Amino acid sequence: MKYEPVIGLEVHAQLLTRAKIFCGCSTKFGSEPNSNTCPVCAGFPGVLPVLNKKVVEFAIRAGLATNCEIAPFSRLARKNYFYPDLPKGYQISQYELPVCANGYIDVIVNGSSKQIHLTRIHMEEDAGKNIHDQRSDSSLVDLNRAGVPLLEIVSEPDIRSAEEAGHYLRSLRAILQYLAICDGNMEEGSFRCDANISVRPEGSQTLGTKVEIKNLNSFKAVEKALEYEIKRQSETLSDGGTLIQETRLWDENREVTRSMRSKESAHDYRYFPDPDLLPLVIDKTWIEEIRASLPELPQARKNRFESQYALPAYDAELLTSRKDVADYFESAVKIYPNPKSISNWIIGDLFRVLKERKLDEQLYIMSWPLQSTQMAELVRLIDEGTISGKIAKTVFDAMLDSSRPPREIVAEKGLEQVSDAASIEAAVEEILAANPKQVSQYKSGNEKVFSFLVGQVMKATKGKVNPQKANEILRQKLSQPI
Amino acid sequence: MNLHALTLHEAAEKLRKHEFSSQELTDSVFHRITQTDDKIHAYLTLCRDAALNQAKKADQRLRQGNNPPPLLGVPIAIKDNFLTCDIQTTCASKILGRFIPPYDATTIKKLRADGAVFIGKTNLDEFAMGSSAENSAFFPTCNPWNIERVPGGSSGGSAAAVAADQCLAALGTDTGGSIRQPAACCGIVGLKPTYGRVSRYGIIAFASSMDQVGPMTKDVEDCALLLEAVAGYDSADSTSVNRPVPHYTDAFTGNIKGLRLGIPKEYFVSGMQPEIDRAVRDAIRLLEANGARIEEITLPHTEYAIAVYYIVATAEASSNLSRYDGMRYGHRAPAADLIETYMRSREEGFGPEVKRRIILGTYVLSAGYYDAYYLKAQRARRLIKKDFDDAFHGCDAIVTPTAPTTAFKIGEKTQDPLQMYLSDIYTISVNLAGLPALSLPCGFDATGLPIGLQIIGQPFDEATILRVAYAYEQSTPWHKEKPGL
Repeated sequence: MKYEPVIGLEVHAQLLTRAKIFCGCSTKFGSEPNSNTCPVCAGFPGVLPVLNKKVVEFAIRAGLATNCEIAPFSRLARKNYFYPDLPKGYQISQYELPVCANGYIDVIVNGSSKQIHLTRIHMEEDAGKNIHDQRSDSSLVDLNRAGVPLLEIVSEPDIRSAEEAGHYLRSLRAILQYLAICDGNMEEGSFRCDANISVRPEGSQTLGTKVEIKNLNSFKAVEKALEYEIKRQSETLSDGGTLIQETRLWDENREVTRSMRSKESAHDYRYFPDPDLLPLVIDKTWIEEIRASLPELPQARKNRFESQYALPAYDAELLTSRKDVADYFESAVKIYPNPKSISNWIIGDLFRVLKERKLDEQLYIMSWPLQSTQMAELVRLIDEGTISGKIAKTVFDAMLDSSRPPREIVAEKGLEQVSDAASIEAAVEEILAANPKQVSQYKSGNEKVFSFLVGQVMKATKGKVNPQKANEILRQKLSQPI
Repeated sequence: MNLHALTLHEAAEKLRKHEFSSQELTDSVFHRITQTDDKIHAYLTLCRDAALNQAKKADQRLRQGNNPPPLLGVPIAIKDNFLTCDIQTTCASKILGRFIPPYDATTIKKLRADGAVFIGKTNLDEFAMGSSAENSAFFPTCNPWNIERVPGGSSGGSAAAVAADQCLAALGTDTGGSIRQPAACCGIVGLKPTYGRVSRYGIIAFASSMDQVGPMTKDVEDCALLLEAVAGYDSADSTSVNRPVPHYTDAFTGNIKGLRLGIPKEYFVSGMQPEIDRAVRDAIRLLEANGARIEEITLPHTEYAIAVYYIVATAEASSNLSRYDGMRYGHRAPAADLIETYMRSREEGFGPEVKRRIILGTYVLSAGYYDAYYLKAQRARRLIKKDFDDAFHGCDAIVTPTAPTTAFKIGEKTQDPLQMYLSDIYTISVNLAGLPALSLPCGFDATGLPIGLQIIGQPFDEATILRVAYAYEQSTPWHKEKPGL
């Protein structure tokens, strides 16, 4: 029997507010342990939470961008459990009345668009971090992260493959990045994902036994863990086995999931409305103000790139999956309108450099290794015939980390393409004279040596001759009797 | 002159006239404590050096004049569930260990700014859970009127300290009657303000939706002054309400002509000590003689109040007390692993009544019971609130007894929690409804124990209940009586 997976994802996105959700402490990552703390986020006696308005604004932005209904009345609730990284013994979250509900995002899977629905988006505080000290056999607690605002974004079980899950996550992350509310860094934990997955016989409408997978620290981990779990569950059922409702952990090294706890040992969180915080009342004017301030979102921008710049869907998708890259592209195109070439340079060369320098892990690249104006000028030089595409690669490398215009670099290094017939003829004649053997081979019908001879011309001229012209002249000379 | 015997407003006036200094006044209070507190046990912590230092600074400010605040240089006692920066705060629990707060509660900050002198921290029922101060993890406090009797609770230490002249006034907190019931037991004035009137920031939380800070004083005028000093919006407390604080003593016209006072029939039932019934009815007659119109009213859901309260309050408490886990501060028992650390620290740190309420609160919030208990209690709570809303269409304030009995014997009810819970039968509805209410002395029983009269007001209308209380106090001698210590 063939089985169909049914997948829903829960994303925790850390918000880019300067202050924590219930106190004024900084949310800065990587500070000295316990330096970004105060009595409120350290759970001292007597303290009270005060909701950071920016967090609500960010939640509304996320909700509007994902077609959610924004609740005019919602509540913060306490989720009670004991853990050393949870200073109050409860997490302030939302339960019955989340701030956003009933949304969807469009995800492109195998070239066609699919709607993945969102059950809800709610606000909550992050916990601190336990650090296990191997040497002293003790645990330390860092509360810097305690109280950092999170959005929990819960999808409906609309996802039908590991690949689809990957697309959903990337699209969701792009939206949050466009909104400038989350940096989307999975490795650093600012964008975390838990997956719920069950399988059922293809064609069946009833849901199978659900398993929750945790510890998914990269897009790859999500996809691999889901693939593993689809296989495990399908095989178990095929073999006549039964599945149990449980939470499983993804083991990155062994690439397997293993059981963490069963449903029976699941916590009873005893949610109830937090009496320290008033019900959250959001008025329509505020929602409309926020709606009016939303930026163009990835989907819309991708469509526009395809129509306005005649880019293939592949290019448009890649360029718009990051807002800063899309901005970069558009500013280059404004200077020199050859969108496809500029796109090729960005996707082929610039992305490689960004990846090497790990700049692609940032939400916004503040200092690009190459300015968009220079990128545009470089393409212009190629199109004008001033430099060859090959030479352009050298110029590109020389332009990195300098603000010098490419024309200047070309002039200084003497990299202009040689296109005048006399110079090329001289170069060709020299090569022909130096390689009589290959010339006679060519004349006796060996086509292959032609490219060798072209290569020799290019080499002798350090690649500066216009390759098309060199070809022409070479053929012409070779067709003449010696 | 026995300076410690002065009221707050008398002392404030004399300090301004430089009849004596704040240091002399403070000395007198500490002298009184030395003389009496081995019998009363009102204080958990005394801060003599810091207090004398505050008094010295107050004297400098008093010399400068400039219309000083009424609290300047006045010795105040503070219930030990207020966080006081650098002064040990125990909440009468062992779980807090030797906890020294790193910050001041907002109300404490206000009093500091006004130049009040902090005498010390007073005893209470552990985590403010109780009606007799016997649930203190350290020792019980005795009633100054009869040291074999309880002072009431949970603010028993503050009430006893005020009654015994061990301070000029005190701060308490009231979640189900914890200011008013001990005020009644000790023959003083105690006021629980409207929920949201005074900041809760820095008060060790018991039941967040009901906890309020309030004054415990020797007379009604003091009560108005201390309330005015601590009331007001606090951006650190989302449940505090942003509306101006009136000048409460302006309400002291002495005139209550035409004011409609509601008498809820559900509050005069069998089980009440007959002397209390008599004293309260006398008080009502006196108020009527002074021009008030007496209206019988009904609060039909009164009978559910205790049950509702013990669901809502314990649910909130079970969560509020989770932070006492032995991790960051307070008591941590040595143990082999994390779970054992939690279990042993909390087992050793909390007393029996606190444990009882954590268990009850955990139960009513549990999956499968939440709807039957917590949600149902919330619905009943709304009905109780609505009873008052309806009643206030026909009256301006409500007059009732504060407690069904005068101070009972130490140990009398410790084995019977339910009997203990009934001590708050007249005060608890007020907390559920978030209303302001005041207790003031209205007589004595046959054994000489004080009786309290409760006046309940509309939301944020503390002025009216103070006005009624002041008018009553002006025509009665009760507040001038002192226990023979």
